[in-house]
Amino acid sequence: MGISIWSQILQYLVTGVSIGSIYGMVAIGFNIIYNATGIINFAQGEFVMLGGMIMVTLTAAFGAPVIVAFFLTVAIVALIGGLFERLAIYPLKNAGVLSLIIVTIGGSIVLKGVAMFVWGKESYALPHFSSEEPIPILGASILPQTLWILGAMLLTVVLLTLFFRFTLIGRAMRACSSNRTAAYLVGIDARQMVCLSFILSAAIGAVAGIIITPIALVDYNRGFLLALKGFSAAVLGGLGNSAGAVIAGFLIGILESLGAGLVSSGYKDAIALIVLLVILFVRPSGILGDKEALKHRSF
Amino acid sequence: MIVFILLFCAFPFLVGVKSYWITVFIFAGIYSLITIGLSLLMGYAGQISLGHAAFFGMGAYTSGLLTTLLNWNPWLALLAALLLTSSAALLIGIPTLRLSGHYLAMATLALGEILVIFFKAEVELTGGPSGFGLIPRLSIFGFVLKRDIEFYFFVWSIVALALVMAMNVIHSRVGRALRSIHGGELAANAMGINTSSYKVQVFVLSAALASLSGSLYAHYVTFVSPTACELKLSVFLVVMVAIGGMHHLWGAIVGTILLTVLPEFLHVFQDFDILAYGLILMIIMIFAPNGLVGALAALIQRLRRRFLAVDSQRRGVI
Amino acid sequence: MGCGLIRADRTPLPQKVEECGTMRNHRIWIIGIALLFVFACGGGDQEPGGAPTQPAETQQAEVQEPIKIGAIFAITGPASFLGEPERNTAMMLAEEINAAGGINGRPIEMLIEDTEGVEDNAVKAVRKLINQEGVCAIIGPSRSGVTMAVVPIMEESEIPLISCAAAEVIVKPVKKWVFKTPQTDSDCVIKIYEHMKTANIEKIAIITGTTGFGDAGRQQLKSIAPTMGITIVADETYGPADTDMTAQLTRIKGTDAQAVVNWSIVAAQSIVPKNMKQLEMDIPLYQSHGFGNIKFVELAGEAAEGILFPAGVLLAVESLPDDHPRKAMLLKYKQDYESKFNANASTFGGHAYDALMLVVDALKAVGDDPAKIRDHIETIKGFHGTAGIFNFSPEDHNGLTKDAFSMITVKNGKFVLFQL
Repeated sequence: MGISIWSQILQYLVTGVSIGSIYGMVAIGFNIIYNATGIINFAQGEFVMLGGMIMVTLTAAFGAPVIVAFFLTVAIVALIGGLFERLAIYPLKNAGVLSLIIVTIGGSIVLKGVAMFVWGKESYALPHFSSEEPIPILGASILPQTLWILGAMLLTVVLLTLFFRFTLIGRAMRACSSNRTAAYLVGIDARQMVCLSFILSAAIGAVAGIIITPIALVDYNRGFLLALKGFSAAVLGGLGNSAGAVIAGFLIGILESLGAGLVSSGYKDAIALIVLLVILFVRPSGILGDKEALKHRSF
Repeated sequence: MIVFILLFCAFPFLVGVKSYWITVFIFAGIYSLITIGLSLLMGYAGQISLGHAAFFGMGAYTSGLLTTLLNWNPWLALLAALLLTSSAALLIGIPTLRLSGHYLAMATLALGEILVIFFKAEVELTGGPSGFGLIPRLSIFGFVLKRDIEFYFFVWSIVALALVMAMNVIHSRVGRALRSIHGGELAANAMGINTSSYKVQVFVLSAALASLSGSLYAHYVTFVSPTACELKLSVFLVVMVAIGGMHHLWGAIVGTILLTVLPEFLHVFQDFDILAYGLILMIIMIFAPNGLVGALAALIQRLRRRFLAVDSQRRGVI
Repeated sequence: MGCGLIRADRTPLPQKVEECGTMRNHRIWIIGIALLFVFACGGGDQEPGGAPTQPAETQQAEVQEPIKIGAIFAITGPASFLGEPERNTAMMLAEEINAAGGINGRPIEMLIEDTEGVEDNAVKAVRKLINQEGVCAIIGPSRSGVTMAVVPIMEESEIPLISCAAAEVIVKPVKKWVFKTPQTDSDCVIKIYEHMKTANIEKIAIITGTTGFGDAGRQQLKSIAPTMGITIVADETYGPADTDMTAQLTRIKGTDAQAVVNWSIVAAQSIVPKNMKQLEMDIPLYQSHGFGNIKFVELAGEAAEGILFPAGVLLAVESLPDDHPRKAMLLKYKQDYESKFNANASTFGGHAYDALMLVVDALKAVGDDPAKIRDHIETIKGFHGTAGIFNFSPEDHNGLTKDAFSMITVKNGKFVLFQL
């Protein structure tokens, strides 16, 4: 058999972009909540998992058409996100960042437990959105589903940017994240913005879960590891910066895939993490993060 | 402190010397060693680490490998592990502790993950994902700690020593400097406190405790694999400290015991034990954001104030 | 959630008192919901038969003391897809045995503990079963690493353990109190290599998962290859949570491998055939006995067609000839399991079946003395289990040969025996 080294490298890049887009999608969800609250939501991976699971149930068990199931799933997960905020985050008014993070860890365990109860311990897959025939590009090949993921991610970033720039609510959310007290003084209710941020990032998590499940499979335990990669991308890109998250997601994905292809598949994740560390040591606020973002709240 | 010692001495005789609760408490003791260090790092120096499972793993692997491959004396191996882990922590700590908040958490997390990947990939050395066993047990002056009850007393005496040491740290100059870092790093810096040097010192100390804990684990279980030191452990160590109350050293012990013992009771829920576990975590955090010991301290203070108020009122009446 | 998102009127800062009130309300709500959950779960789990299968309050007046058998499986956690069928099987068998009057008139009591696939939980669970409950034997654990962690305790307490984990180190060298029921990795490798010989395949690529199971397979694949004239031209790995293996496979594609061996036990193994299809690699794909769950075929979809792997015949029981000596037994287990749990029977559950039945065999013969049970199991010969016919001896605590494996292939989304 044998294929040329150039088409091999091209294939690594294509693979990297495809893995990276998954990480980027998860990372965006982290950012929205981070912006609103300054916390890392450990349950973000569970939103992704729930998105995949609920979609599987709606399409496979209830036979809903993909489009209907898609929006229904996003709505359900968004509702779960909102409920989660109201029940677990809202009551903790003046708690420190760490307490909030611990609550999200607890929340992630609960969501995982519920998923195990509902869906059992097996893995599930979804049919691809369009054909499963790979598209050849110069000797490399890419699955149509990867294009769906890329498309969904770009669309998400564009829509989010428009939302935060041009809608009243989006601007209010931005105001809250840059200065809470000032936002309060002009009549923005920060508490509602936090709730909204959970709804929004749960919805984005659900979208991510739905579009990656055909490729990546889903089981009740999946969330944590997806969240780990997503968190890496979010931090590397600069917390709170969605464009940074996307770039960082691609970077991590490509590093992993090049590492697996050219160096050693055993160490592929380590290679990506080492690069991440080096970047953090050189630029402590991530690729696109500004110094402002570093002003964290104390634990 | 005396109550603590008495309680721990009496415990085995209350539940029975052969009870498996002794085993559960041995693990609680082993993890307490790490959480005491983490509590210093989080509660007093205000730094978060999601990489302490790695130091635990380093201790466990170094102890295990030196004793099985090179037939070292376990105590010598333990010291070597301590030294190796401390130097690694020093090396890592200097660039890493320049970061803060979530960035620090991510960096420590990444370091931990890299180490686990190393343990998994270097099959010839570490046994890979399957791990390796036949690690000898510890012995004190020729007396092998074979039975659980013996190991129980051994582990908890070490925990007590670690606790005393940590308390000394807090009440020393270093401790005051640390609290000033937590209060406000900039201000501390302005006062002429070399914050980064103190932070690194505490980081190394906590890593050394984690290494010690890992060595004890290796000699107790006599088997080590990467699952013993994965990220999940790092996260749970942080949760233990926070649940107990990170501003109190006792919180570390309370949190560790609680979260080690809790699953044993939750077994009645079968598969749903993780659900119940998650709910309990959330409820504790919602009602006691400063941890259980934090809440208790606040309660005592409030009661005392109310008592004083009543007292002075009564005096007023008279 | 009717949240007025933005307050049009500039309300003054809400008063502290009011805040407290709403906060308290919220807390009450949370407790209510939490309690509801806990109760729902506590109540819910009784139905499907909570763990300790109580000896159905024996009908006879002379209530015999139950025989306590311990079991430790990874019922939750990443290896729960192993522990779940094992637990279900053990529960199902215990119920059947008790319904049939128990063993020599005594009911059995299964005490099942969850290890979450983690060593320290297993150590605690084993101590509990031995010291607290006084079990006469323990079956499980699910994972090899966890088994190795509890071996010293078993040897020390002199209680027999029949592991459901595959790795060869469990029984090699022989440990006095430890047995295992799954087939041996090296036999699986030999079976694969023998099959390759018939197809004139000499250069192969291996891709293994970075779990204990995958790694043990990798070791065997590498050490046996030279003795059978097989060259490994690429040696790749993937993590249990990886989502895409095209990078590793592209590297394999760049070599002159004539076949790929994919050795793993987690669901991620189903991504490999999919990715191979994507890269248009049409060389044969071999899998390990860790593929022995029809679910993995469903996950891989069309790409699974033609995959070859050695496994116990349980998977393809329908395609066995009727005169096969174990067909009736296998079919009964499969049908019982599938009708009771509404899930596919897998070889993993089969390992627990074999482990428990071996203990039961010993109990029937020699009673519940741990030392006698151990001695008896060591002499069991010609025992028909789901994994094969077991012949134990003091030198062999697994009792299976490579004949316990049959080559199985995937045809129309089903497992069938491979025939040339």
